[in-house]
Amino acid sequence: MPASVDVPTQPDRSRPGAPEPSRAPARAGIGTRLVSLVGELLILAGALLGLYVVWELFYTDVIAGKEQDQVLESLDWAYDATAPITADAAQDTGPATIPTEARMSPDTAPVMDEPAFLTTFATLYVPRWGTDYVKPVSEGVDRQQVLDVLGIGHYPGTGMPGALGNFAISAHRTTYAKPFNRIAELQQGDALVVQTKDAWYVYRVTDHLIVDPHQVEVIAPQPGEIGAEPTGHYITLTSCHPMFSAAQRYIVHGELEYWAPTGDGVPPEILEEIPQP
Amino acid sequence: MIFPFVWRLMPGPVWLRVLLLLMLIAAIVAVLFQWVFPWVTTTFNIQDQSVEAVP
Repeated sequence: MPASVDVPTQPDRSRPGAPEPSRAPARAGIGTRLVSLVGELLILAGALLGLYVVWELFYTDVIAGKEQDQVLESLDWAYDATAPITADAAQDTGPATIPTEARMSPDTAPVMDEPAFLTTFATLYVPRWGTDYVKPVSEGVDRQQVLDVLGIGHYPGTGMPGALGNFAISAHRTTYAKPFNRIAELQQGDALVVQTKDAWYVYRVTDHLIVDPHQVEVIAPQPGEIGAEPTGHYITLTSCHPMFSAAQRYIVHGELEYWAPTGDGVPPEILEEIPQP
Repeated sequence: MIFPFVWRLMPGPVWLRVLLLLMLIAAIVAVLFQWVFPWVTTTFNIQDQSVEAVP
């Protein structure tokens, strides 16, 4: 019987009308047939697991990537970092940058109201991950509706960009277009730039840590101290750790350096070329 | 056992059976990708990147 066992993708090797191979006796014993059935089930199980891996590692990236690109395009106020800088002879310097005197102190930062669930209200730029890195930030950290689809999610109830407190966001580190794939490359002092409809917020990475999933103090208004009054304008990125695992969380904290209204160009930080690995 | 059975179930000449089998496999893969795998990954929480609750 094993001679007739075949994977579904190569069906042409079996003989129609001749289910029992000629080598086997006309009626195979029950033991032989049982073994062959188990073998076939194992082949199917293997194919199923293989397909799952293909789906998780490749297909989710394709689908979520498309969705996130569409969301970005629908934000008419967002600066499109992926647009190629046109080689216009008159302006080959790229987009205008915010002058130093236009940088405003964190204390005066405008804070938008928390939007409705699923609303995309900001974009994130991380020069450490490339000058073309831009991802939408949406409300909520529900996996099926936000993180698996829209990309970066904002923890409901935590601060909004620029707020005195903690602007806490979460995203996949692997699969689903992996917005935070290179979170472990962030170094102290790296810029994390958030744009909303009305303002740019330039944060600087202060530290990173690896915690267990129950350690929610990392997204407290004063990071690390639940119940404490916030003394700064923070940003917190959370993602899974180690990669491809749900065992722990990789956390990056940052603090607001300055903000600026939109319309006067882009923060020079997001144009800064950092050598990519 | 299973594979010969499916093969016998197909009508027509070999080329038609191969075609039907390929379509069947494509349909199964589509169902898995669209509904089964998304359900598996969220139900068994194979990947999670958020801390558990909002303080």
